[in-house]
Amino acid sequence: MAYSTKVIDHYENPRNVGSFGKDEQGVATGMVGAPACGDVMKLQIKVGAGGVIEDAKFKTYGCGSAIASSSLVTEWVKGKTLDEAAGIRNTQIAEELALPPVKIHCSILAEDAIKAAIADYRKKYGEGGSGDEKKAAD
Amino acid sequence: MTAEFTRNHFELLGLPPAFAVDLQALERAYRELQGRVHPDRFAAASEAERRVAMQWAARANEAYRTLRNPIDRARYLLGLKGYDTGEESNTAMPPDFLMQQMAWREQVEEGLGSRDPAALEALRGEIGRERAEMHALLARALGDERNYDAGCSLVRKLRFLDRLEAEVDDALETLAEGAR
Repeated sequence: MAYSTKVIDHYENPRNVGSFGKDEQGVATGMVGAPACGDVMKLQIKVGAGGVIEDAKFKTYGCGSAIASSSLVTEWVKGKTLDEAAGIRNTQIAEELALPPVKIHCSILAEDAIKAAIADYRKKYGEGGSGDEKKAAD
Repeated sequence: MTAEFTRNHFELLGLPPAFAVDLQALERAYRELQGRVHPDRFAAASEAERRVAMQWAARANEAYRTLRNPIDRARYLLGLKGYDTGEESNTAMPPDFLMQQMAWREQVEEGLGSRDPAALEALRGEIGRERAEMHALLARALGDERNYDAGCSLVRKLRFLDRLEAEVDDALETLAEGAR
Protein backbone atom coordinates (compact mmCIF):
# COMPACT_ATOMS: atom_id res chain seq x y z
CA MET A 1 0.00 0.00 0.00
CA ALA A 2 1.25 3.45 -0.86
CA TYR A 3 1.70 5.77 2.09
CA SER A 4 1.06 9.48 1.66
CA THR A 5 4.08 11.79 1.74
CA LYS A 6 2.92 13.12 5.12
CA VAL A 7 2.83 9.63 6.62
CA ILE A 8 6.30 8.90 5.23
CA ASP A 9 7.60 12.20 6.61
CA HIS A 10 6.33 11.44 10.13
CA TYR A 11 7.48 7.84 9.85
CA GLU A 12 11.01 8.75 8.79
CA ASN A 13 11.29 11.78 11.07
CA PRO A 14 8.95 11.07 13.95
CA ARG A 15 8.42 14.09 16.21
CA ASN A 16 8.66 13.86 19.98
CA VAL A 17 9.66 10.22 20.35
CA GLY A 18 10.50 9.13 23.88
CA SER A 19 9.31 9.38 27.45
CA PHE A 20 9.31 11.96 30.23
CA GLY A 21 11.23 11.29 33.44
CA LYS A 22 9.29 9.39 36.07
CA ASP A 23 9.37 12.27 38.56
CA GLU A 24 8.54 15.11 36.20
CA GLN A 25 5.62 17.21 37.36
CA GLY A 26 2.41 17.50 35.39
CA VAL A 27 3.08 14.39 33.31
CA ALA A 28 0.31 11.98 32.42
CA THR A 29 0.33 8.87 30.26
CA GLY A 30 -2.15 7.29 27.89
CA MET A 31 -1.56 3.70 26.82
CA VAL A 32 -3.73 2.04 24.21
CA GLY A 33 -3.52 -0.95 21.92
CA ALA A 34 -5.29 -2.20 18.82
CA PRO A 35 -5.96 -5.95 19.11
CA ALA A 36 -6.69 -6.38 15.40
CA CYS A 37 -3.15 -5.40 14.40
CA GLY A 38 -1.29 -5.70 17.71
CA ASP A 39 -0.18 -2.06 17.66
CA VAL A 40 0.76 -0.53 21.01
CA MET A 41 0.86 3.21 21.60
CA LYS A 42 2.06 5.26 24.57
CA LEU A 43 1.36 8.97 24.54
CA GLN A 44 2.50 11.31 27.30
CA ILE A 45 1.59 14.93 27.95
CA LYS A 46 3.29 17.46 30.20
CA VAL A 47 0.81 20.02 31.43
CA GLY A 48 1.85 23.42 32.72
CA ALA A 49 0.12 26.39 34.30
CA GLY A 50 -3.38 27.08 33.08
CA GLY A 51 -3.91 23.49 32.05
CA VAL A 52 -1.95 24.04 28.85
CA ILE A 53 -0.04 21.13 27.36
CA GLU A 54 3.59 22.26 27.18
CA ASP A 55 5.11 19.16 25.72
CA ALA A 56 4.18 15.70 24.50
CA LYS A 57 6.04 12.49 23.75
CA PHE A 58 5.12 9.16 22.27
CA LYS A 59 6.33 5.66 21.67
CA THR A 60 4.46 3.47 19.20
CA TYR A 61 5.02 -0.06 18.02
CA GLY A 62 3.00 -0.46 14.89
CA CYS A 63 2.75 0.32 11.22
CA GLY A 64 3.77 3.57 9.54
CA SER A 65 0.27 5.00 9.83
CA ALA A 66 0.12 4.35 13.58
CA ILE A 67 3.51 5.98 14.10
CA ALA A 68 2.57 8.95 11.92
CA SER A 69 -0.80 9.36 13.70
CA SER A 70 0.80 9.48 17.14
CA SER A 71 3.65 11.70 15.96
CA LEU A 72 1.14 14.15 14.48
CA VAL A 73 -0.97 14.20 17.64
CA THR A 74 2.04 15.07 19.82
CA GLU A 75 2.62 18.07 17.56
CA TRP A 76 -1.01 19.12 17.56
CA VAL A 77 -1.57 19.00 21.32
CA LYS A 78 1.33 21.28 22.23
CA GLY A 79 -0.01 24.66 23.31
CA LYS A 80 -3.55 23.35 23.59
CA THR A 81 -5.60 23.22 26.78
CA LEU A 82 -6.76 19.79 27.94
CA ASP A 83 -10.27 20.54 26.71
CA GLU A 84 -8.99 21.60 23.31
CA ALA A 85 -6.79 18.51 23.05
CA ALA A 86 -9.73 16.31 24.04
CA GLY A 87 -11.54 17.70 21.01
CA ILE A 88 -9.11 16.18 18.51
CA ARG A 89 -10.94 13.71 16.33
CA ASN A 90 -9.57 10.75 14.46
CA THR A 91 -11.18 12.09 11.28
CA GLN A 92 -8.93 15.16 11.47
CA ILE A 93 -5.86 12.96 11.86
CA ALA A 94 -6.92 10.69 9.02
CA GLU A 95 -7.60 13.68 6.79
CA GLU A 96 -4.29 15.41 7.55
CA LEU A 97 -2.32 12.22 6.84
CA ALA A 98 -4.55 11.14 3.93
CA LEU A 99 -4.98 7.70 5.50
CA PRO A 100 -6.73 5.07 3.38
CA PRO A 101 -9.88 3.45 4.86
CA VAL A 102 -8.01 0.34 6.05
CA LYS A 103 -5.72 2.55 8.16
CA ILE A 104 -8.44 4.60 9.83
CA HIS A 105 -8.07 2.48 12.98
CA CYS A 106 -4.55 3.91 13.40
CA SER A 107 -6.03 7.40 13.72
CA ILE A 108 -8.67 6.06 16.13
CA LEU A 109 -5.84 4.62 18.23
CA ALA A 110 -4.14 8.03 18.36
CA GLU A 111 -7.38 9.75 19.37
CA ASP A 112 -7.94 7.16 22.09
CA ALA A 113 -4.33 7.63 23.27
CA ILE A 114 -4.64 11.38 23.79
CA LYS A 115 -8.01 10.90 25.50
CA ALA A 116 -6.46 8.27 27.78
CA ALA A 117 -3.57 10.63 28.62
CA ILE A 118 -6.00 13.44 29.48
CA ALA A 119 -8.09 11.06 31.62
CA ASP A 120 -4.90 9.97 33.41
CA TYR A 121 -3.96 13.59 34.02
CA ARG A 122 -7.36 14.43 35.48
CA LYS A 123 -7.22 11.36 37.68
CA LYS A 124 -3.77 12.28 38.98
CA TYR A 125 -4.06 16.04 39.32
CA GLY A 126 -7.76 16.82 39.42
CA GLU A 127 -9.64 18.62 36.71
CA GLY A 128 -6.66 20.74 35.65
CA GLY A 129 -8.80 22.62 33.19
CA SER A 130 -8.38 26.33 32.66
CA GLY A 131 -10.13 27.13 35.98
CA ASP A 132 -7.81 25.69 38.64
CA GLU A 133 -4.40 26.19 37.19
CA LYS A 134 -2.33 26.03 40.34
CA LYS A 135 -3.54 22.75 41.78
CA ALA A 136 -1.61 20.79 39.22
CA ALA A 137 1.70 22.49 39.92
CA ASP A 138 1.49 22.30 43.73
CA MET B 1 -28.98 -33.30 5.23
CA THR B 2 -30.35 -29.83 4.48
CA ALA B 3 -31.39 -29.32 8.12
CA GLU B 4 -27.73 -29.65 9.05
CA PHE B 5 -26.96 -26.51 7.10
CA THR B 6 -28.13 -24.36 9.98
CA ARG B 7 -26.01 -26.24 12.51
CA ASN B 8 -23.08 -24.50 14.08
CA HIS B 9 -19.49 -25.60 13.47
CA PHE B 10 -19.38 -27.79 16.58
CA GLU B 11 -22.65 -29.54 15.79
CA LEU B 12 -21.60 -30.02 12.21
CA LEU B 13 -18.43 -31.82 13.28
CA GLY B 14 -20.08 -33.60 16.22
CA LEU B 15 -17.87 -31.99 18.85
CA PRO B 16 -18.81 -30.51 22.24
CA PRO B 17 -19.00 -26.70 22.07
CA ALA B 18 -15.98 -26.02 24.28
CA PHE B 19 -12.71 -24.13 23.96
CA ALA B 20 -10.70 -27.23 24.86
CA VAL B 21 -10.91 -29.24 21.66
CA ASP B 22 -9.42 -32.65 21.02
CA LEU B 23 -7.52 -31.78 17.86
CA GLN B 24 -7.30 -35.41 16.74
CA ALA B 25 -11.06 -35.83 17.11
CA LEU B 26 -11.51 -32.59 15.16
CA GLU B 27 -9.24 -33.86 12.40
CA ARG B 28 -11.10 -37.21 12.23
CA ALA B 29 -14.53 -35.58 12.18
CA TYR B 30 -13.43 -33.23 9.42
CA ARG B 31 -11.98 -36.04 7.26
CA GLU B 32 -15.16 -38.05 7.75
CA LEU B 33 -17.44 -35.15 6.82
CA GLN B 34 -15.24 -34.17 3.91
CA GLY B 35 -15.34 -37.74 2.64
CA ARG B 36 -19.13 -37.66 2.63
CA VAL B 37 -19.44 -34.37 0.79
CA HIS B 38 -16.35 -34.37 -1.42
CA PRO B 39 -17.27 -33.13 -4.91
CA ASP B 40 -15.51 -36.12 -6.50
CA ARG B 41 -18.22 -38.38 -5.10
CA PHE B 42 -20.80 -36.39 -6.98
CA ALA B 43 -19.09 -36.48 -10.36
CA ALA B 44 -21.95 -38.47 -11.85
CA ALA B 45 -24.65 -36.57 -9.96
CA SER B 46 -26.88 -33.85 -11.30
CA GLU B 47 -25.74 -30.24 -11.55
CA ALA B 48 -27.90 -29.29 -8.55
CA GLU B 49 -26.57 -32.13 -6.40
CA ARG B 50 -23.01 -31.20 -7.28
CA ARG B 51 -23.63 -27.60 -6.33
CA VAL B 52 -24.99 -28.66 -2.94
CA ALA B 53 -21.97 -30.92 -2.40
CA MET B 54 -19.66 -28.02 -3.18
CA GLN B 55 -21.45 -25.87 -0.64
CA TRP B 56 -21.08 -28.61 1.92
CA ALA B 57 -17.39 -29.00 1.23
CA ALA B 58 -16.91 -25.25 1.69
CA ARG B 59 -18.97 -25.35 4.87
CA ALA B 60 -16.89 -28.24 6.27
CA ASN B 61 -13.65 -26.41 5.45
CA GLU B 62 -14.83 -23.27 7.17
CA ALA B 63 -15.90 -25.17 10.30
CA TYR B 64 -12.61 -27.06 10.45
CA ARG B 65 -10.43 -24.00 9.90
CA THR B 66 -12.33 -22.00 12.52
CA LEU B 67 -12.21 -24.67 15.20
CA ARG B 68 -8.59 -25.60 14.57
CA ASN B 69 -7.28 -22.14 15.42
CA PRO B 70 -7.58 -21.28 19.15
CA ILE B 71 -8.32 -17.56 18.65
CA ASP B 72 -10.85 -18.24 15.89
CA ARG B 73 -12.42 -20.99 17.99
CA ALA B 74 -12.76 -18.74 21.04
CA ARG B 75 -14.17 -15.88 18.94
CA TYR B 76 -16.66 -18.27 17.35
CA LEU B 77 -17.77 -19.67 20.73
CA LEU B 78 -18.23 -16.15 22.08
CA GLY B 79 -20.23 -15.28 18.96
CA LEU B 80 -22.53 -18.23 19.66
CA LYS B 81 -23.10 -16.72 23.11
CA GLY B 82 -23.86 -13.35 21.54
CA TYR B 83 -20.58 -11.69 22.47
CA ASP B 84 -18.45 -9.50 20.19
CA THR B 85 -14.74 -9.70 21.02
CA GLY B 86 -14.27 -6.04 20.09
CA GLU B 87 -10.92 -6.68 18.41
CA GLU B 88 -11.56 -3.94 15.86
CA SER B 89 -12.86 -1.32 18.25
CA ASN B 90 -11.67 -1.90 21.80
CA THR B 91 -8.37 -0.07 22.42
CA ALA B 92 -8.60 0.09 26.22
CA MET B 93 -6.43 -2.83 27.25
CA PRO B 94 -5.33 -3.08 30.93
CA PRO B 95 -2.33 -0.73 31.46
CA ASP B 96 -0.09 -3.43 32.95
CA PHE B 97 -0.76 -5.64 29.94
CA LEU B 98 0.14 -2.82 27.55
CA MET B 99 3.27 -2.00 29.58
CA GLN B 100 4.33 -5.62 29.23
CA GLN B 101 3.70 -5.51 25.47
CA MET B 102 5.76 -2.32 25.22
CA ALA B 103 8.61 -3.91 27.20
CA TRP B 104 8.54 -7.01 25.03
CA ARG B 105 8.55 -4.99 21.83
CA GLU B 106 11.57 -3.09 23.20
CA GLN B 107 13.28 -6.43 23.84
CA VAL B 108 12.70 -7.39 20.21
CA GLU B 109 14.33 -4.13 19.13
CA GLU B 110 17.26 -4.70 21.48
CA GLY B 111 17.69 -8.33 20.42
CA LEU B 112 17.78 -7.22 16.80
CA GLY B 113 20.08 -4.27 17.51
CA SER B 114 22.62 -6.31 19.47
CA ARG B 115 22.32 -9.29 17.08
CA ASP B 116 21.33 -11.61 19.89
CA PRO B 117 19.26 -14.55 18.57
CA ALA B 118 19.47 -16.33 21.95
CA ALA B 119 17.65 -13.43 23.62
CA LEU B 120 14.99 -13.52 20.91
CA GLU B 121 14.57 -17.28 21.27
CA ALA B 122 14.19 -16.84 25.03
CA LEU B 123 11.51 -14.21 24.43
CA ARG B 124 9.80 -16.61 22.05
CA GLY B 125 9.69 -19.18 24.84
CA GLU B 126 8.23 -16.61 27.20
CA ILE B 127 5.50 -15.75 24.70
CA GLY B 128 4.70 -19.45 24.32
CA ARG B 129 4.27 -19.85 28.08
CA GLU B 130 2.12 -16.73 28.27
CA ARG B 131 -0.05 -18.02 25.45
CA ALA B 132 -0.49 -21.45 27.11
CA GLU B 133 -1.57 -19.69 30.30
CA MET B 134 -4.11 -17.59 28.40
CA HIS B 135 -5.47 -20.68 26.67
CA ALA B 136 -6.01 -22.29 30.08
CA LEU B 137 -7.79 -19.16 31.30
CA LEU B 138 -9.93 -19.13 28.14
CA ALA B 139 -10.96 -22.75 28.67
CA ARG B 140 -12.15 -21.83 32.15
CA ALA B 141 -13.79 -18.52 31.20
CA LEU B 142 -15.72 -20.15 28.34
CA GLY B 143 -16.39 -23.28 30.40
CA ASP B 144 -17.61 -23.52 33.96
CA GLU B 145 -17.08 -19.85 34.77
CA ARG B 146 -19.21 -18.61 31.85
CA ASN B 147 -17.29 -15.35 32.08
CA TYR B 148 -17.68 -14.22 28.49
CA ASP B 149 -16.41 -10.69 29.08
CA ALA B 150 -13.16 -12.18 30.36
CA GLY B 151 -13.18 -14.45 27.30
CA CYS B 152 -13.42 -11.44 24.97
CA SER B 153 -10.57 -9.73 26.80
CA LEU B 154 -8.40 -12.84 26.50
CA VAL B 155 -9.05 -13.06 22.75
CA ARG B 156 -7.93 -9.43 22.40
CA LYS B 157 -4.80 -10.16 24.46
CA LEU B 158 -3.94 -13.19 22.36
CA ARG B 159 -3.99 -11.05 19.23
CA PHE B 160 -1.16 -8.96 20.71
CA LEU B 161 0.84 -12.09 21.48
CA ASP B 162 0.43 -13.28 17.88
CA ARG B 163 1.69 -9.97 16.59
CA LEU B 164 4.58 -9.95 19.05
CA GLU B 165 5.60 -13.46 18.04
CA ALA B 166 5.50 -12.46 14.36
CA GLU B 167 7.85 -9.56 15.21
CA VAL B 168 10.22 -11.93 17.03
CA ASP B 169 10.19 -14.31 14.05
CA ASP B 170 10.88 -11.45 11.65
CA ALA B 171 13.79 -10.32 13.82
CA LEU B 172 15.22 -13.86 13.97
CA GLU B 173 14.91 -14.17 10.21
CA THR B 174 16.68 -10.85 9.70
CA LEU B 175 19.54 -12.00 11.94
CA ALA B 176 19.76 -15.37 10.16
CA GLU B 177 19.94 -13.63 6.79
CA GLY B 178 22.67 -11.31 8.05
CA ALA B 179 24.70 -14.27 9.31
CA ARG B 180 24.59 -16.04 5.98
